[in-house]
Amino acid sequence: MIHSLFLINHTGDIFLEKHWKSVIGRSVCDYFFEAREKAVEPENVPPVLQTPHHYLISIYRGKLFFLSVIQTEVPPLFVIEFLHRVADTIQDYFGECSEGVIKDNVVTVYELLEEMLDNGFPLATESNVLKEMIRPPTILRSVVNTLTGASNVGDTLPTGQLSNVPWRRVGVKYTNNEAYFDVIEEIDAILDKSGTTVFAEIQGVIEACVRLTGMPDLTLSFMNPRLLDDVSFHPCVRFKRWESERVLSFIPPDGNFTLMNYHVSSQNLVAIPVYVKQSISFFETGPCGRLDITIGPKQTMGKTVEGLMVTIHMPKAVLSANLTATQGTYTYDLATKVLVWDIGKLNPQKLPNLKGSLTTQAGTPKPEDNPSLNIDLKIQQLAISGLKVSRLDMYGEKYKPFKGVKYLTKAGKFQIYIYMFIFLENLMSYLLFEWLQCVLKHSI
Amino acid sequence: MRNMSTAVLYNDQGGAEAAVEAGQESTPTTSSSGAAFGLFSTDFKKNEDLKEMLESNKESLKLEAMKRVVGLIAKGKNSSELFPAVVKNVASKNIELKKLVYVYLVRYAEEQQDLALLSISTFQRALKDPNQFIRASALRVLSSIRVPIIVPIMMLAIKEAAADLSPYVRKTSAHAIQKLYSLDPEQKEQLIEVIEKLLKDKSTLVAGSVVMAFEEVCPDRIDLIHKNYRKLCNLLVDVEEWGQVVIISMLTRYARTQFTSPWKEGAIFDENNDKTFYESDSEEKKEQTEAKPYIMDPDHRLLLRNTKPLLQSRNTAVVMSVAQLYWHLAPKHEVNIVTKSLVRLLRSHREVQYIVLQNIATMSIQRKGMFEPYMKSFYVRSTDATHIKTLKLEILTNLANEANISTILREFQTYVKSQDKAFAAATIQAIGRCATNISEVTDTCLNGLVLLLSNRDETVVAESVVVIKKLLQTQPTQHSEIIKHMAKLFDNITVPMARASILWLMGEYCERVPKIAPDVLRKMAKTFTAEEDIVKLQTVNLAAKLYLTNSKQTKLLTQYILNLGKYDQNYDIRDRTRFIRQLIVPNEKSGALNKYARRILLAPKPAPVLESAFKDRDRFQLGTLSHSLNVKAAGYQELSDWPAVAPDQSVRNVEVIEPVKEWAPLVGKTKKSKSEDKFYSDDEDEKEEEGSESSGSEDSSSSSSSDEGLFLSLFRDCGGLFRVSLQVTTPSFGPVKTYELLHHMTGKGLSAKYHFPRQPCLYQPSMVAVQVILTNSSDHSLEEIHIGDRSPASLNIHCFNTIERLEPEASVTVSMGIDFSDSTQAANFQLCTKEDQFSVSIQPAVGELLMPSTMTEEDFSKEQGKLLGMNETSATITMATANTSSQAIGKQVLSVANVGVVSSSQNNVHRFAGRTVSSGAVVLVSLEQKESCAALLTINTEKSVMASMLLRDLKQALAQA
Repeated sequence: MIHSLFLINHTGDIFLEKHWKSVIGRSVCDYFFEAREKAVEPENVPPVLQTPHHYLISIYRGKLFFLSVIQTEVPPLFVIEFLHRVADTIQDYFGECSEGVIKDNVVTVYELLEEMLDNGFPLATESNVLKEMIRPPTILRSVVNTLTGASNVGDTLPTGQLSNVPWRRVGVKYTNNEAYFDVIEEIDAILDKSGTTVFAEIQGVIEACVRLTGMPDLTLSFMNPRLLDDVSFHPCVRFKRWESERVLSFIPPDGNFTLMNYHVSSQNLVAIPVYVKQSISFFETGPCGRLDITIGPKQTMGKTVEGLMVTIHMPKAVLSANLTATQGTYTYDLATKVLVWDIGKLNPQKLPNLKGSLTTQAGTPKPEDNPSLNIDLKIQQLAISGLKVSRLDMYGEKYKPFKGVKYLTKAGKFQIYIYMFIFLENLMSYLLFEWLQCVLKHSI
Repeated sequence: MRNMSTAVLYNDQGGAEAAVEAGQESTPTTSSSGAAFGLFSTDFKKNEDLKEMLESNKESLKLEAMKRVVGLIAKGKNSSELFPAVVKNVASKNIELKKLVYVYLVRYAEEQQDLALLSISTFQRALKDPNQFIRASALRVLSSIRVPIIVPIMMLAIKEAAADLSPYVRKTSAHAIQKLYSLDPEQKEQLIEVIEKLLKDKSTLVAGSVVMAFEEVCPDRIDLIHKNYRKLCNLLVDVEEWGQVVIISMLTRYARTQFTSPWKEGAIFDENNDKTFYESDSEEKKEQTEAKPYIMDPDHRLLLRNTKPLLQSRNTAVVMSVAQLYWHLAPKHEVNIVTKSLVRLLRSHREVQYIVLQNIATMSIQRKGMFEPYMKSFYVRSTDATHIKTLKLEILTNLANEANISTILREFQTYVKSQDKAFAAATIQAIGRCATNISEVTDTCLNGLVLLLSNRDETVVAESVVVIKKLLQTQPTQHSEIIKHMAKLFDNITVPMARASILWLMGEYCERVPKIAPDVLRKMAKTFTAEEDIVKLQTVNLAAKLYLTNSKQTKLLTQYILNLGKYDQNYDIRDRTRFIRQLIVPNEKSGALNKYARRILLAPKPAPVLESAFKDRDRFQLGTLSHSLNVKAAGYQELSDWPAVAPDQSVRNVEVIEPVKEWAPLVGKTKKSKSEDKFYSDDEDEKEEEGSESSGSEDSSSSSSSDEGLFLSLFRDCGGLFRVSLQVTTPSFGPVKTYELLHHMTGKGLSAKYHFPRQPCLYQPSMVAVQVILTNSSDHSLEEIHIGDRSPASLNIHCFNTIERLEPEASVTVSMGIDFSDSTQAANFQLCTKEDQFSVSIQPAVGELLMPSTMTEEDFSKEQGKLLGMNETSATITMATANTSSQAIGKQVLSVANVGVVSSSQNNVHRFAGRTVSSGAVVLVSLEQKESCAALLTINTEKSVMASMLLRDLKQALAQA
């Protein structure tokens, strides 16, 4: 299936290659470089490319391209999912997935790739199984290894691969048995200028950190499982139990893993934690414009909004911004034309405001693009959908584990459209269609 | 080489490339070879000390050296000269060292075959190790070493491992099957036996891997699946994720050959008439449904039920494969359950979104209702990548209907103002498509588009004009208002492209705006000299058209403009002016052409069609690479149409009590036990079956055979009853026509048939692959079947290996390669048994001498441009009415010739491209549909004899219903 893998950095150097069948020359990547050049932005490179003899499927992560070479028909998602799994594994092992880290650990990465695929077909992709075979590096171990010449490769052989629960190894032992669950929700929303919700949904994920001895069988139940619109699970979760009883029943992997992803979509359920009052305008006469943004709390369920940040992609003509913020700091990147206002904690008594003037390039026409506001925020100890874990039960083992649940809400893709108000002679092109229709009907 | 390295030491990157890739494929840009030498020497020097380290006694030094070697491999640098030093460490006790040696061995064994053999005995020993992991890893490395000499050793190892007690070792053996097959395809028959055995394995570990092997080695041996079908369905949930994907896609194909269609005719469904796709067999289906109400096979239901929970998988590939399974197999009203999961995938990585959106785009053409409730999920975000934006736009356009169009248009307004101008342009096109599809909003859209004409951005304007032009062309009568309005706006519009387009529209529809057009011309006369060239050209056009329709008012104006044009600085304009003057103003020199001026200038121009780019993607199975690229990828397995009559269901019954006696007869019918036997003895008999079946074709439904070959023959026999044509059950891309090579009467019991599998020939690229099915219909076994003398003697044939013995009633399929040298001259040769010799001949149809080649429409036109004149053969043909749809045309053409479809932007032109197998000459087929059934068929190739023969064949095929 997957013939070869090339890792390419953002300047277009191939810094790692691995072949699972016969060797394919690097020159095959030239087709990719061609497409890469055409796309301008790395994000815009089409993930699937065709060359005379091969097919190239690539992903772009952490400023790196993972480029796989395929020779025959294969579901493209199969390859894409696998490549992301490779990137996840590298991240899991070394803390980040970057060129530097991969170059520093090239042998370990190579060993991992060797174990993950056999003849192009995925073999071991569970991080628990991999960690048993190839130990992730730690500072202590690397010191010891250099002194003693010991290796990173586990001398025990992976046991997980054999059982019916391949995600868990046997013989796990802890002195402190604990199970933590983080319920993290992200709000994706599009608001229009007036603050009306055009589109809103919540994406949730339950991240688990389970360190339990033996073979525990856990059952996690919710107060209000009906909230969940659509779910996807780690392979350890038993589908049948969920379908019949709406509880999560599973034998957990050892360590950190994503237990489930869920989705809450009906709009009235999605609370929007902040409101934004803003106006950005440009004058027709003179190269300048005005900007005024205020943010206030809306539905925060009594919790504090933290880590508030506003990002605006300004029109290209905007040269500089001279603004005053009542709270936090702002930066305007001249090259990328991105205005970032880092606010921090939202104080309901004293609403943060950013105000001032914008300078546009003299002689250019007024900007006609409508920038949108992207908002970032965090609310601790709250799952904005209202989802609550009611209990966690353990079967199969005798000891009493320590249990904990944490909630966190974040902004995902949180966007606010701004329609620009521009004083202009050429008004026609900026009006809404409905208006236009009226105008036309009367004028013809 | 070292001497040449006196040059500067170049940076490592470029050089390594050249060193490693010797003999690899050709590329558009080749790396500089000069750098290679400089680099090579650095490697060499470094390698000297590596060699010492590897040969030292210290484990740690060896390990260190191996790590550096692996680092070199990872960077793509050549370290093959270290092979002797490395291979010595293969038996090391240190696990990490050993693993690294394995990595090295697998990488370089192919290049250093002799030395690699030194390591084999180590693996052979390890294969007997009591530890299952050591056995498995030994098999893994052994099978990864691509050295042809060890094929027998590998075969033996695989067979042994397939019977191992440890499921992990058995899994490894399933992987090894594919490796051996790619190393030596000759081993196919033996490998199929192993696959058959492993398919019966009950371990979830093995299931995914063995199905993968099945798909690689023998995807057409559907008969091997029957007995394991229910087991696979039941195990599915517990198989690892990657295996699930493979199994689901295999079961989708299986189900389409085994169950009848759950899509009832005229059922509740269907906005867009799903018939189009399945047109060819709609008739049969109707008869079917009338005959008896549809009841779903319990096995069909089992598959649907067991895959459903997998929609909740975290693995996007699994979710997608379940979605495509439901799309292709589930009753129409059940398909909707996949929607939610697909929409969920849109929140995954960008690349995942891309693939999922492509599939949704195809689905949403046929079934709007599925995705309409989730319309908002397809709203474009400013942070989306361009290809994602375009796909979302495509889907929104597909979803548009009377009820939601206002919402969608409002959303589109935002997009038009996007900073990404290419995307804004795409949005304008989408608005145009909405306008043509939904007549209620045509006016609104048009008006909106007209306003965009005054946009400052040229891309937006140009696109708006194009779309307006298209819209007006489709229904000009109702839109003189718009044209009038454009005339009004004309003064304010400065973009030359837009001005020019408006002038063109004025001219084209000058009779609908008789008062305004002359006035516009008057204004243009005033500003003519200050206009851009493109505007001037259109002004001349407008003047000419007005002169022809309204000469009374515009005669003087026209002459004035023509005079201005005559002395213009630009020679294009001077030329045009001169041409127009000769054409429209009658004088003694202009002659006959003058009379036709009106017909030339005011000829009705065809309206362009605005439709989805995903319209024809449904010919591919969803979720496949072929679907994503809209090109048939190598190794793509066609999804067959539903059979009109379900093959026997009982083949899937499993004898639980006697697992040993695998192929016991199921229902007491004498005839059946015979065919049962055949499945499991690896042959694809049809001859014999045909004979017995034809006597009792009323029995057909109970026949236990569902091997494809048998299945076909069954249909042929039942032809009278069900009117099933052969075409229905064969995939449209690889229609299998079987020809007789030797009849069993003349062959003294030996009969042979052949067909062209249309695969590239394994033996030599210039050969055409031919599969021959040999059957022994006599009552004694035949021995030593082989190919004897051939004529002409120079004929280049790759013979199949001698078949030592063919039992009575057994049959065997063999492949051979024949180099026909691009001529349809028959290949004559002798088919010999131990006792007899029979002269036979294979005469290929001209279409079989081709192989498909993929090219874009652009390349096609370019190639076509090179092959004109002598190299072009064309004829006007009449097609049968049933063949006028593009699906049917494709099917017919592909049935005649092994060519590839070239996607076409014009609806009435179909293009196909291929190359001749022997000489690789390009063969281009294009078919332009004229009114009703007439069409212009053109073939461009330098092989003119082939062209005329191909033309004849195609003509015949398209004329047949």
